[in-house]
Amino acid sequence: MPGKLKVKIVAGRHLPVMDRASDLTDAFVEVKFGNTTFKTDVYLKSLNPQWNSEWFKFEVDDEDLQDEPLQITVLDHDTYSANDAIGKVYIDIDPLLYSEAATVISGWFPIYDTIHGIRGEINVVVKVDLFNDLNRFRQSSCGVKFFCTTSIPKCYRAVIIHGFVEELVVNEDPEYQWIDRIRTPRASNEARQRLISLMSGELQRKIGLKVLEMRGNAVVGYLQCFDLEGESGLVVRAIGTACTLDKLSSPAAFLPACNSPSKEMKEIPFNEDPNPNTHSSGPSTPLKNQTYSFSPSKSYSRQSSSSDTDLSLTPKTGMGSGSAGKEGGPFKALLRQQTQSALEQREFPFFTLTAFPPGFLVHVGGVVSARSVKLLDRIHNPDEPETRDAWWAEIRQEIKSHAKALGCHAVVGYSESTSICEEVCILSASGTAAVLNPRFLQDGTVEGCLEQRLEENLPTRCGFCHIPYDELNMPFPAHLTYCYNCRKQKVPDVLFTTIDLPTDATVIGKGCLIQARLCRLKKKAQAEANATAISNLLPFMEYEVHTQLMNKLKLKGMNALFGLRIQITVGENMLMGLASATGVYLAALPTPGGIQIAGKTPNDGSYEQHISHMQKKINDTIAKNKELYEINPPEISEEIIGSPIPEPRQRSRLLRSQSESSDEVTELDLSHGKKDAFVLEIDDTDAMEDVHSLLTDVPPPSGFYSCNTEIMPGINNWTSEIQMFTSVRVIRLSSLNLTNQALNKNFNDLCENLLKSLYFKLRSMIPCCLCHVNFTVSLPEDELIQVTVTAVAITFDKNQALQTTKTPVEKSLQRASTDNEELLQFPLELCSDSLPSHPFPPAKATSVDYSSFADRCSSWIELIKLKAQTIRRGSIKTTMTVEKASPVGDGNFRNRSAPPCANSTVGVVKMTPLSFIPGAKITKYLGIINMFFIRETTSLREEGGVSGFLHAFIAEVFAMVRAHVAALGGNAVVSYIMKQCVFMENPNKNQAQCLINVSGDAVVFVRESDLEVVSSQQPTTNCQSSCTEGEVTT
Amino acid sequence: MTSELDIFVGNTTLIDEDVYRLWLDGYSVTDAVALRVRSGILEQTGATAAVLQSDTMDHYRTFHMLERLLHAPPKLLHQLIFQIPPSRQALLIERYYAFDEAFVREVLGKKLSKGTKKDLDDISTKTGITLKSCRRQMESCSVAQAGVQWRDLSSLQPPPPGFRDYAAIVFFANNRFETGKKKLQYLSFGDFAFCAELMIQNWTLGAVDSQMDDMDMDLDKEFLQDLKELKVLVADKDLLDLHKSLVCTALRGKLGVFSEMEANFKNLSRGLVNVAAKLTHNKDVRDLFVDLVEKFVEPCRSDHWPLSDVRFFLNQYSASVHSLDGFRHQALWDRYMGTLRGCLLRLYHD
Repeated sequence: MPGKLKVKIVAGRHLPVMDRASDLTDAFVEVKFGNTTFKTDVYLKSLNPQWNSEWFKFEVDDEDLQDEPLQITVLDHDTYSANDAIGKVYIDIDPLLYSEAATVISGWFPIYDTIHGIRGEINVVVKVDLFNDLNRFRQSSCGVKFFCTTSIPKCYRAVIIHGFVEELVVNEDPEYQWIDRIRTPRASNEARQRLISLMSGELQRKIGLKVLEMRGNAVVGYLQCFDLEGESGLVVRAIGTACTLDKLSSPAAFLPACNSPSKEMKEIPFNEDPNPNTHSSGPSTPLKNQTYSFSPSKSYSRQSSSSDTDLSLTPKTGMGSGSAGKEGGPFKALLRQQTQSALEQREFPFFTLTAFPPGFLVHVGGVVSARSVKLLDRIHNPDEPETRDAWWAEIRQEIKSHAKALGCHAVVGYSESTSICEEVCILSASGTAAVLNPRFLQDGTVEGCLEQRLEENLPTRCGFCHIPYDELNMPFPAHLTYCYNCRKQKVPDVLFTTIDLPTDATVIGKGCLIQARLCRLKKKAQAEANATAISNLLPFMEYEVHTQLMNKLKLKGMNALFGLRIQITVGENMLMGLASATGVYLAALPTPGGIQIAGKTPNDGSYEQHISHMQKKINDTIAKNKELYEINPPEISEEIIGSPIPEPRQRSRLLRSQSESSDEVTELDLSHGKKDAFVLEIDDTDAMEDVHSLLTDVPPPSGFYSCNTEIMPGINNWTSEIQMFTSVRVIRLSSLNLTNQALNKNFNDLCENLLKSLYFKLRSMIPCCLCHVNFTVSLPEDELIQVTVTAVAITFDKNQALQTTKTPVEKSLQRASTDNEELLQFPLELCSDSLPSHPFPPAKATSVDYSSFADRCSSWIELIKLKAQTIRRGSIKTTMTVEKASPVGDGNFRNRSAPPCANSTVGVVKMTPLSFIPGAKITKYLGIINMFFIRETTSLREEGGVSGFLHAFIAEVFAMVRAHVAALGGNAVVSYIMKQCVFMENPNKNQAQCLINVSGDAVVFVRESDLEVVSSQQPTTNCQSSCTEGEVTT
Repeated sequence: MTSELDIFVGNTTLIDEDVYRLWLDGYSVTDAVALRVRSGILEQTGATAAVLQSDTMDHYRTFHMLERLLHAPPKLLHQLIFQIPPSRQALLIERYYAFDEAFVREVLGKKLSKGTKKDLDDISTKTGITLKSCRRQMESCSVAQAGVQWRDLSSLQPPPPGFRDYAAIVFFANNRFETGKKKLQYLSFGDFAFCAELMIQNWTLGAVDSQMDDMDMDLDKEFLQDLKELKVLVADKDLLDLHKSLVCTALRGKLGVFSEMEANFKNLSRGLVNVAAKLTHNKDVRDLFVDLVEKFVEPCRSDHWPLSDVRFFLNQYSASVHSLDGFRHQALWDRYMGTLRGCLLRLYHD
């Protein structure tokens, strides 16, 4: 009996009038946890009752503490009839179970009723006394911290990143139980809310147990989803990345803080390690010893001489031995082996993280994805959810094998999703194949990690772009060139990933949101036939989505996609595909070629003219986009790039598959075959439409930028104003003109108009950027399309933007020059290139070099790899770079915090889908917020129709999230996500129902300007004796 | 393709001041969109009409949801559903309780219970203010009257600037001052509000006793009773003559309309004093402004007194009383005449 839960009901306010006669309410409260219930006294005749109850004490197991929510029901006392419920509050007490999070939950909570919405507020105080060291109990996993954030949380340091954890629990959906026919909608909704709350508690506890088994203490990138499978049940599943995190003791110690997560991370080890260059302290643990032997400093002399010049000649050995990617020197092989061994202990070497500590991501692979169409059947035994487990295991296995085929041992930025329509379910998983630095994956002492990281030195900015696979044995046809940054390693010409842009990557210009949208009609069918029809359609959808993405990327003049998320939604009579990503121009990758249009009927004069007109339009658009996104890469002459790389072997394999229920893995060759340039052939009206649709995407109005990643590449001077929002649109298609084209156009218009509306609504924030734009498509009914968007608008300082955008380029040039001194004299030329006037004419090479885009535009995986850069540069050099970098960081910090934060008002809770708050420092994580709400109405018209109903509901959900965060003592929610928004209506019956599931991390943040005051005082204390310093930190 | 549902919900509730204005003015969504288009917003922002329509609908929906809270401003401050910065909250309340002078001029002095639909219809056609807006303004007037109580609750905030005007409206409504007569039509709401403020400051209970709520809306009954004592000024023939001669001596040569003043002095004085004496009866209190205009403003105007002469006269008229030895109610006279003088000067125009 390891816990005592204590609850006090203080007061209520703004209660609804329950007694029409007196216009007042006789309210009392029931407090329920598990099977124990307490009641307050009835507070007669008041809409603002003051109960001031005693402490209600529940003595419970910690297992229950994790699973059960605290349930508070406010009722109206009625002497003669049954008491009427006013509403409920569910409080997740999980945040009170870990030592570093909240210690008390206290505040005003909205009283929520699934039929009437929010009806007044109640003031509650909740405390938990834990008796034992809870980690000894195996059934509970109290103390394991959960984070939705998909990077290492700000005030923590990753000691070890263990890897993938997953779990799912199933149950019958109360909505489909027989009892639902006789109970009220309210009772049914409440049963559902309670069940899901219980299930997520249980799920979290089980995941926690797995983490403890792995000897971790936290789950990062925790993503929990519900599958409402209707008749066949309710599935709650979660994935995450188990880590061992270390709390950074004094947040003030590593000021100046930066906005970008990994920059902070970078500084931590250097600040914490008093003596970075001491290698004398001998390795104490065997593990440390092992890694030490691979340390770059040792292999430096051997490697540096050979790899620079002999790279292309490096003998390739061990071909076909199963594990791909054999290039690189002996170090590489060792590293690979080590990584492999570290990762192969795990069933699935997956990571849900999208941003990483520096040095973690050694080689990044391309996107790997797998989809599978399944027929749902009733889950017979909820305690043994084997089928669902097996389905997912199958998909993960596929992902793993795809990654392997790319010479990668791990998958990062991993996520899973489902789309359900009737009894058909599409399971999807996607991620980015990658090779990781083993040091973070192993047990080792903290000092060991630090030391190693110092020796190893920071990877180059271009490192992650280099191909990880063997160029003579590529898994798909790709055109390779030497990296435009370091000139030593090879890079692909286009790169697709699901992760965030690494913060040290060099980007030219700004990024932008790129979307591919697609609809396909499908015949209505039943069961097996339906599933077959869908699996037949899927490959074509993916192919077209990919082509669209590639075309749009080229139209923007960019060469890489980050944060790629492809959603395929299944409906009764159609399939929808929506891919969103952030396009950028990576300095390390070659300049993308243009798009050429070719007509099929060359004899027709007017047709020719039309074609050339289109061609001109496309060229103009590309030029315009380059200007808009400030893409003006330094031109590089042919000789520097070096001789073109021999054509890769023709081998096109699509590492993507759709498996039906039959488990059959289809391998499709989706390549266009050999073509000289990226050519769009216009052979019929369809193709014409496609080209037109390419050109219909309107760029955002000036002063606006948008991206779906955490931060906008090319902008880094955020000011403190943020506005998170959710926008929902539903359109009804007229059933008459349901052709694929009409459908595509409708869908495209829907998304474009939605974006336009957002730009218009937020115009007062200009200059601003919409970050983390997250589109979700669902098909609630035959002719309805629902699009839900959640994003955050962040303002930035335009004037500073001009200065700071230059710096990364300049820095990269400096970097390039230091890196390549021995190689060629080109750094000087490069530097001169940064001047506006280009001495070089546009290089011929570009047109030649990018001649075979078509070969790969279909291939799903774009690969990158970091060569053993670390070997070539000594640790001394790195230290220098770090020292050089820090004053710049200082300057940036000062500039950024200069604008005063106007809106520092009391009681405001900020919400953002990002993992950080611009202009502020997160000082504490209070716990995960994971809430599920149902709202139903039988008076839809009276509530302002569907729009009025949903608008009010979403506003209420926000309010409840904010209230919970405020009660935990927090002032913001980061990594906020609306995972589900299921809306159903029946206007004829005047009814509607909506389910919303949201999650995020409750945090406490402090404005940087406030911190600055602290930090300015800090030096004085630091100057004093070390003993006072100790006091400061404690 | 028809739009079934279209919403935007921000963590911080977006308030567009222009749309709020249109909503308050009672325009339908269609009209509001048309007006916004005319304002040239499409050209400025490059948006389409559809975007504007969606935006307007959205704001209207938000305002509609906020209206419930606006009816009780303290609720708006404590509610959790809409996260609105305090400055915006103040703006919302202030604008919501702002009124059109034309409307208020119509209802001034009438009962503030919700006007019948027909009354509002009439006002709407007469003033050109939309019926919706009329209804809102009527409601806010009754909210202001029923309460003032929420002002105490919301003491965190300074009273909105428009609040002084509400004091006037409620003061007029409480005392049922007649303002609708034809001869009073030339007076604006501003004129009445000015008078109301003077009266609230000097003639109410709150004016003498600071313990009382300074927003006290009732005239000091005792004071009104006492005013009967002033009658002696016109009833006593000697006193009246003495008063006249004092005023005439002081003003001789200074007044452009001296002869008219001299001829009319007794009538004017009788008028002003009789107004005071009549204030004991509720019914006569209602006619205060009618009387003032009839007994003083109109006679002076018919003789073409310039405003400066009116000021000279009234100053001298009230001051001279201090030199009347037989008159004992100097303080009472000052309390009465001081306020009346201000009112009359304000009321004296074309």
